[in-house]
Amino acid sequence: MSAQLEAMELRSSPHLPEKAGVETIMFNVVLALIPIVCFGIFLFGVSVIALVATTTICCVLAEYLVCRCANRASTIPDFSVVITGILLALTLPPGFPLWMAAVGSLVAVFVGKAMFGGLGYNVFNPALVGRAFLQAAFPSAITTWTPAMSADRFTAFIPSTLTLPFTRVQPMDEWLRTASIDGFSGATALALQKFDGISTNAGQLAMGFTAGSSGETSAVLILICGGYLAFRRMMDWRVPASMLLAAFLTSAVFYMIDSTQYPTPVFTLLAGGLMLGAVFMASDMVASPVTPLGVWIYGGLMGFLTVIIRLKGGLPEGVMYAILLGNAVSPIIDNLTQPRIYGAKSRRDTP
Amino acid sequence: MNTASPSNQSPTVADTFLKGIWKENPVFVMVLGMCPTLAVTNSATNAFTMGIATTFVLVGSSTLISLLRKFIPKQVRIATYIVIIATFVTMVDYAIQAVSLQLYLALGAFIQLIVVNCIILGRAEAFASKNSVFQSILDALGMGIGFTVALLCLGTVRELLGTGSLMGMRVFGDAFEPWGLMVLPPGGFFVLAGWLLLFSWWKRRSTTEAATAGVAMQRTGSHEI
Amino acid sequence: MSETNNNALQPKSASTWQMLVALGGISLISGVLIVLAYETTLPRILMNRQRAIEEAVFRVLPGSTSRATYAIEGNAVRLLQDATHTGPKIYAGYDDTGALMGIAIEAAGQGYQDVIRVLYGYAPATECSTGFTVIESKETPGLGDKIGLDPRFLANFQGLELRLDESQRSLKNAIVAVKQNSKSNPWEIDGISGATVSSKAVARIVNDSAQEILPIIRQHLRQIETQQ
Repeated sequence: MSAQLEAMELRSSPHLPEKAGVETIMFNVVLALIPIVCFGIFLFGVSVIALVATTTICCVLAEYLVCRCANRASTIPDFSVVITGILLALTLPPGFPLWMAAVGSLVAVFVGKAMFGGLGYNVFNPALVGRAFLQAAFPSAITTWTPAMSADRFTAFIPSTLTLPFTRVQPMDEWLRTASIDGFSGATALALQKFDGISTNAGQLAMGFTAGSSGETSAVLILICGGYLAFRRMMDWRVPASMLLAAFLTSAVFYMIDSTQYPTPVFTLLAGGLMLGAVFMASDMVASPVTPLGVWIYGGLMGFLTVIIRLKGGLPEGVMYAILLGNAVSPIIDNLTQPRIYGAKSRRDTP
Repeated sequence: MNTASPSNQSPTVADTFLKGIWKENPVFVMVLGMCPTLAVTNSATNAFTMGIATTFVLVGSSTLISLLRKFIPKQVRIATYIVIIATFVTMVDYAIQAVSLQLYLALGAFIQLIVVNCIILGRAEAFASKNSVFQSILDALGMGIGFTVALLCLGTVRELLGTGSLMGMRVFGDAFEPWGLMVLPPGGFFVLAGWLLLFSWWKRRSTTEAATAGVAMQRTGSHEI
Repeated sequence: MSETNNNALQPKSASTWQMLVALGGISLISGVLIVLAYETTLPRILMNRQRAIEEAVFRVLPGSTSRATYAIEGNAVRLLQDATHTGPKIYAGYDDTGALMGIAIEAAGQGYQDVIRVLYGYAPATECSTGFTVIESKETPGLGDKIGLDPRFLANFQGLELRLDESQRSLKNAIVAVKQNSKSNPWEIDGISGATVSSKAVARIVNDSAQEILPIIRQHLRQIETQQ
């Protein structure tokens, strides 16, 4: 490297006039997540507070341990690990046992992040790595949903939340019967659609008064919060845009083939974790490609995969696996979409 | 890592036997035989059976190869080793079927696959073909036990977490939530990674300690790991 | 390890004759060893196989104490004497007096993870199933594997209706899996919530097999009853 270059401060794009370092961006993401957490608490009660607190504290602790063992300066103040914690909680069912959530947090930070070398090196979104582990380890607990807006949600925990460590969730049919007030069942909109053919109306889904993961239900709120980040140019808007667009188009194709069996494209966009995943997880800066064309391919692939897994797979939800798969191929996408170097004749050529 | 060649300095009987268990453990140190290590350690019983079967094949083939080592021409040695190993694998295969059909079904093709387990061919080529019968049996026994212990390390953890039981007996009671993942293939990778981490940490700590002690004796100032 | 050491032990190059003798000799030893092992273990292996089938058959046909194996060949059934037949088989179970208690039918089909192989009992007298057991499955532990473990699910097969229609060619009511706790007809299987795919797969496997095999069994019922 020449002496001239060394004197310059090198920064990757975007070159913003304001000083937006990792801390600033991450802090703003946390800010953007707060309304979603609040809505989750409003919808499902104190259990969500406990869940978010558990995952966040465990993630921070794990990060602290990693930094200590590796003799590195603490990376906790950059907020990235806080985001991992909050995101993990938002993708879990509100009544998810806290001890399992703690296990998931540790896996997220150790396996999803630290093993690859920490922030900036993680191939996968750490929160989703944690969730994927939980999905595989505790398939029953992670698909146990509780109704939104239950009457005593601010005074009592959902019974499964306080399950003792290493023990299984006790059946809570009794609690479910008293907790479900008219119109709110424990099944998610996606499960109802897939297994029983019952469609939930779009308005309800957009507002988010349905059962589901702690923070995935309100499509409108997530869009507003994501919009804020995109407006502050702290998130690449092309990722969610391309992912949602691809999901919409793929779903539309299926809907045109058989409108009785497959859900409407609008339903696909609003139901389940697609919104949350597209806006806050797929757009993970580290795990997504950097070239503009690559970003469109990446988002499109994830949107397409989400719909395929939802409609053709055994599970009602496919966002998590779609994003993880997208993360996995993102280096290849980056490689294939390198722009032509100025002056070179072809992409592979150097001037 | 120092792999003391047995011919350069004559190692003691205990060394020949023990190195397979600890210093040159086939799974944790040499990272050999990963296929059965990951595939059949979903329960302690399977892991143990696999370990014993492999040990039998190891001892049997090492003995025979060592006996015939002066008779086997160098050009056809690999072919003869494979024939000998395959013979013992076939015998083990019949033996397990005779002991328990259930166990045989649980282990599936992995019994037959012992043939291609590189630990066995590795020991045949590296040790049995150039050492006495007694030495070879000791070496094979050590390696076999080391392999069995390693499989059991994985198998017990996976079975305990994955089903809450050990050797088919319930340990944690009915309230225990089994971590289904642990008995599935990914669980094998997670647990193996955990053990490898633990082993390399141990190794590093002991080498660090040795280095520190050495440095202290030489009374030199700085040392780095 | 040193390669030179190995060379020292061996003459510089062996003649073809030497190689042939070595390979031939070792093959001979191997052959003897294998035959020995085979001969010693064979009786126990056969006994184990026999017992495994017997256990499963008697489990799905409560009350039976002896059995006969039949091969299904096209539209006919043939009494088998040995267990080496590989085609589709059914097992008839008889009680102490020799009366036919039921017929155990092996069926297989795609589950959530891999092929599920099951055995279910059919009582011709009541046209109901008498029991069910999973012979082989790789369903998700903790969820899908409940098809072979959950007593509530297994209870479905005590008296599951397997009645043929008037034509005697197919089931009057196809076997279907329904949502947990919503079984209302005798031909429905009460599913397992959380293992929808696996329980539906079981229903499909049993249904497909019953649709195909039961008409054949009914045609040859006299033959099976008299153990011919």
